[in-house]
Amino acid sequence: MLIFIAKRLGAMVLTMLVVSILLFLLLEISPGNVATKVLGPYSSEEQRNLWLEQNGYFEPLWYRYGTWLGNFATGDFGDSIRFKVPVGEVMWPRLWNTAILGFWTFAVMIPLSLTLGVLSGMREGSMLDRSISVTSIITTSVPEFASAVFFSAVFVFGLKWLPGTSAMSSGFDIQQMILPVLVLVVYDFGYVTRMTRASMAEVMTTHYIRTAVLKGLKYREVIMRHALRNALIAPFTVIMLQINWLLSGVIVVEFFFAYKGFGALLLEASLNQDIFLIEACAMVAVVVAVGTQVLADIGYTYLNPRIRFA
Amino acid sequence: MATVEATPEGRQTTGGALLKALKSFALLKESWVGMVGVGIIIFWVLVAVLAPLIAPFDPLATMQPFAKPGAVYAKTGGTFYLGADHIGRDILSRIIWGSRTVLIYAPLATLSAYTVGILMGLAAGYNRGWWDVVLSRISDIILSFPVLVLYIIIIATIGASGINIIIAITFASAPGIMRIVRGLVLDLRNRDYVAAAQTRGEPPWYIMLVEILPNARGPLIVDACLRLGYVIITIGVLGFLGLGLPPPDPDWGGMINETRSMAMAFPHMTVFPCIAISSLILGFNLLADGLREISLRD
Amino acid sequence: MTDSQDTPVLEIENLCLSYYTRAGEIPAVVDFSLTLKQGESVGLVGESGCGKSTVAMAVMRYMGHNGGIVGGSIKFKGRDMGSLDEDELRKLRGSEIAMIYQEPMAALNPSLTVGTQLMEVPLTHEEVSKEEAFERSVQMLADVHLPDPERVMAAYPHQISGGQQQRVVIAMALLSKPALLLLDEPTTALDVTVEAGIVELIGELSEKFGTSLLYISHNLGLMLEVCDRIGVMYSGEVVEEGTIDSIFTWPKHPYTHGLFGCIPLPHADKNARPLVAITGQLPLPHERPPGCNFGPRCHFFQAGKCDAETLAMEEVHTDDDPAHRVRCQRWNEIDPEDAIPEGEKHAATEIGETVLEVASMQKYYEVRDNSIAAMISGEGVKWVKANEEINFRAGRGETVAIVGESGCGKSTFAKVLMGLETATDGEVRLEGTNIGELPVKARSPEQLGSLQMVFQNPNDTLNPSLTIGAQIGRVIRKFGVESDPTKVRQRVLELLDKVKLPRDFALRKPRQLSGGQKQRVGIARAFAGNPAMVIADEPISALDVSVAAAVTELLMDIQRENQTTLLFISHDLSAVRYLSDRVIVMYLGQIMERGQTDEVFSPPYHPYTEALLSAVPIADPEVEKRRIVLEGNLPSVMNPPKGCPFSTRCPRKLGEICDNELPPVQFAADRHAIACHIPMDELRKVEPVIKIPEDRLAVGAAD
Repeated sequence: MLIFIAKRLGAMVLTMLVVSILLFLLLEISPGNVATKVLGPYSSEEQRNLWLEQNGYFEPLWYRYGTWLGNFATGDFGDSIRFKVPVGEVMWPRLWNTAILGFWTFAVMIPLSLTLGVLSGMREGSMLDRSISVTSIITTSVPEFASAVFFSAVFVFGLKWLPGTSAMSSGFDIQQMILPVLVLVVYDFGYVTRMTRASMAEVMTTHYIRTAVLKGLKYREVIMRHALRNALIAPFTVIMLQINWLLSGVIVVEFFFAYKGFGALLLEASLNQDIFLIEACAMVAVVVAVGTQVLADIGYTYLNPRIRFA
Repeated sequence: MATVEATPEGRQTTGGALLKALKSFALLKESWVGMVGVGIIIFWVLVAVLAPLIAPFDPLATMQPFAKPGAVYAKTGGTFYLGADHIGRDILSRIIWGSRTVLIYAPLATLSAYTVGILMGLAAGYNRGWWDVVLSRISDIILSFPVLVLYIIIIATIGASGINIIIAITFASAPGIMRIVRGLVLDLRNRDYVAAAQTRGEPPWYIMLVEILPNARGPLIVDACLRLGYVIITIGVLGFLGLGLPPPDPDWGGMINETRSMAMAFPHMTVFPCIAISSLILGFNLLADGLREISLRD
Repeated sequence: MTDSQDTPVLEIENLCLSYYTRAGEIPAVVDFSLTLKQGESVGLVGESGCGKSTVAMAVMRYMGHNGGIVGGSIKFKGRDMGSLDEDELRKLRGSEIAMIYQEPMAALNPSLTVGTQLMEVPLTHEEVSKEEAFERSVQMLADVHLPDPERVMAAYPHQISGGQQQRVVIAMALLSKPALLLLDEPTTALDVTVEAGIVELIGELSEKFGTSLLYISHNLGLMLEVCDRIGVMYSGEVVEEGTIDSIFTWPKHPYTHGLFGCIPLPHADKNARPLVAITGQLPLPHERPPGCNFGPRCHFFQAGKCDAETLAMEEVHTDDDPAHRVRCQRWNEIDPEDAIPEGEKHAATEIGETVLEVASMQKYYEVRDNSIAAMISGEGVKWVKANEEINFRAGRGETVAIVGESGCGKSTFAKVLMGLETATDGEVRLEGTNIGELPVKARSPEQLGSLQMVFQNPNDTLNPSLTIGAQIGRVIRKFGVESDPTKVRQRVLELLDKVKLPRDFALRKPRQLSGGQKQRVGIARAFAGNPAMVIADEPISALDVSVAAAVTELLMDIQRENQTTLLFISHDLSAVRYLSDRVIVMYLGQIMERGQTDEVFSPPYHPYTEALLSAVPIADPEVEKRRIVLEGNLPSVMNPPKGCPFSTRCPRKLGEICDNELPPVQFAADRHAIACHIPMDELRKVEPVIKIPEDRLAVGAAD
């Protein structure tokens, strides 16, 4: 088990290194462009060359990458071009805001989708199953920006129940959280529900469930003791991987509702060619994604005795 | 029996292929979910094909800014059935013409991603060893990016254009397709008919393309439908974030992006394009579900 | 329970069961009656799709949402099962009626320990404390002869072997001392020596607890060993029922006769007394003919009589079984002497020059062990000895069988021959050329064409996307037999004729074919390039008896015609005895014994051959068998015993020498080799395992 974890962590570090090389090459391969981005399009040739020299851009590529990586690892991401402050100062508060958004989304989505998935997989083909299936197909067909538009039209424009933006300009306001969370949950729960349903339905057709029924156990016991334990292994992984999806989703939602989060920051950075901010945000996003994936792998192994005691 | 004109080679004639397509369509009739999906898709394909005939206005003409749905254009007496946008372009016409954009770029991007993904998956799954290690590692790395982050970085680097969107989608989706294909190939390569082909000295390309790939088609077709829906979302999202096709050509995502700041006052400008894009995605998702249901039956 | 002596435990009357599918109602079982008294064991035997398992599920009232009882009644101890509600049903299931399943691994929950799953039974059905439930479970595990029950209690199902899993399932079924035990093919998924142990255990326990058994199997020989009475089922109906003796001695129904004709009994012989397959195919449930379901396949079919009306069971009063009944219009017109048409006899084939010579062939696999302990001790790489010291020869036209249980290395050997793997050491000479280290990619088209294979699983052997014709045609072109399209086509049709399939099958896709038909196409494909040698890897093990007999005969006809050398790989000793000229017995990658078929099947034996022979059920009550039941499990190939591989289970083990030293190869006769430490003189004194009565052999000799 320890070896397994060490291996996964090793793979994670390796992935991160490759990603950092890719990012570095993609964004900093031509120093001329970097200088233009930092100093603006109206800077003179001398100004750019001076800046490049000052910032060590005439060193060989591998040396530049080494320094860049060293700075990165110590938390020095450089200065944001747009905000004119160190990247970290802009990024960390934004990441925290997104964490709050993600927390609420998961807090609603996980219980909802697991319950619906189990209910519908328990009796495959029943009316309940069919309606849950169709509902989840419909909700996953509506992209986040579209459901944001629809919900705003109804709750903000029509019923005037909720605020249309979530900028939180006068401190944290739970009301402003409702629409972003709702949009994310509506788009995402269908997928998790369907995965849970598939897993549950598959377990229900296995022979060991037949054994349990023919042992004379109560239906409740068959479900709770024999089915759930096996059926929830697969959705666990799906949920962990969903964090990766959520990072995509928040970009749209934060942009739409003007929520001051990490996704909106990344988008803003790339629209403004704020190169150091892009690098930092992308790295952080990948760290989060890869980290959860490693956790998912470890958790899966732990949950599944067939692998745990192999 | 001897009178039967058997063609043992059994090559598919065009007539035979058509018959087969019709047969699988007939099968689909048994799933109403799938049929609804097909209906929606056919509807949008017809709209795209007939766009010049059915669009009431030129989608680029600026006529009557902020016209409400149902308003009448004073100059020609035409009706803005779904209203006009902030610079006076007819929304219905833009949705109709916009369907062409989606229905050209989404299938092209999906096809391109599938070609790359299938080749990668076959190479990794059939050859195993180094092929597998290298290709799987590459796709792990690409897949570790949150997709939209990846799109944003790519588009921000190479710029927004039709061909770049196809490149970005191929780059981001091929690893996922490769994983599916690889999994199917790892299973299929252990079948006895593959061993039989190996023991009669068939070259690897023959085994991959004739013995393995056709037998993986079931799950791949279902996945392709789902992915097509997802590519439409992606194109929409990129448009919505301002990273899509450059204006002024009508593009559903772009329409929403341009008018969303006015959505509070003029919801019709954003709601109708949203309905259009959601319905098309729904069509593909329903079709995928129908196909899966049928494939589980036999 | 006071009046239980008189009331039968199970009484089924005129039961009709149906499934509802999109195609409409499909009758699975029609007019089924059965009475099971206390302590009695009744068998249901039949080929796949005959409805035997459906009956068991109906007794449990567990038929899924698309199945149901259409007519008749099932009474358990006098209570009508049909009238019970869910709650009453639940109280019966697992306590009064219990079940043992075909695949023990699938029947146990992978994420709960064995202990948890066992204790559930008493905890659910009786008011007992956890401690008591634990005690009783441990006791029961000891009763099913599992060593170290406490350790098994704490284990997860995947941590114990297949045979042990089945013992756990049996323990689970017997924990509540049920009155009725349903067994659905309980040993089909197990190796034959493990099967023998389970069969013995079931007999022992049912006697101990007085349980009635309903035993479902496709294996007539097994029925003979465990049942008092049997019912033979065909296409949803019982066609004949009676006591074991009566059915085996005086079978009445043409189908029962037909089944016996398909089974390779010890006195059958491929040349003098060949198997006789039943013609035709099992009808699909919705395509059953009017009147007798067996009509279209029956030699005694008489239009107007057999297809006129639905048949009822008729009593046959034989001497010792008044309850022998049969569902046939013409049973009393059938002379038992010509009940089975005679098979075509052949002269024994002359065995020609050596085609294949294997000398000291070895195949090792490298396995990397990544555990910390292995890394520290520097044993990170282990070698699995899949094949060790393989030596034998096969001549032109000869049939050589390799027989052994799972993990014995027989399939690995086939892979090396085919070039899908390469030998680690030694030589494999095919017509003089060493091909052992020649992977398939490096072989010439002639070499490829001269060595072809027939595969095990009919559903896997053909590419589902291509037509039969295209697949055979490809082989013909690939091996350069023909290249002109018309000639290729002609050759494909000839090959279809040869494997007795209609010519229009060339246009069909594999899914339109039955298992036996697919296997025939597989044979046609293997023989398309006129091979010198064909390897058949368990070609009939996935087929029903009657189909298997037909495929076996076909395979041998073609072999005889082409003078092909056949390497027949199988776990089925009966089939091997029937069709092979020479036999190689393998165990854990090593040859235990090899020689002429009659040499191997009579003393002196290797102790493993002896046990294997005893384990195989024989569907002939006249044959006497000495019982040898092996203890313990098959050791893992990853971790084989140091000395003789069989030393851990050998009933004739001498002592430490067997554990520590590889046994020497001793020759009992020219080319009859036995690898054993026991001196040859001792081995010669061993009594034969099977005694075939004189008259059976005499009939064979007279023919």
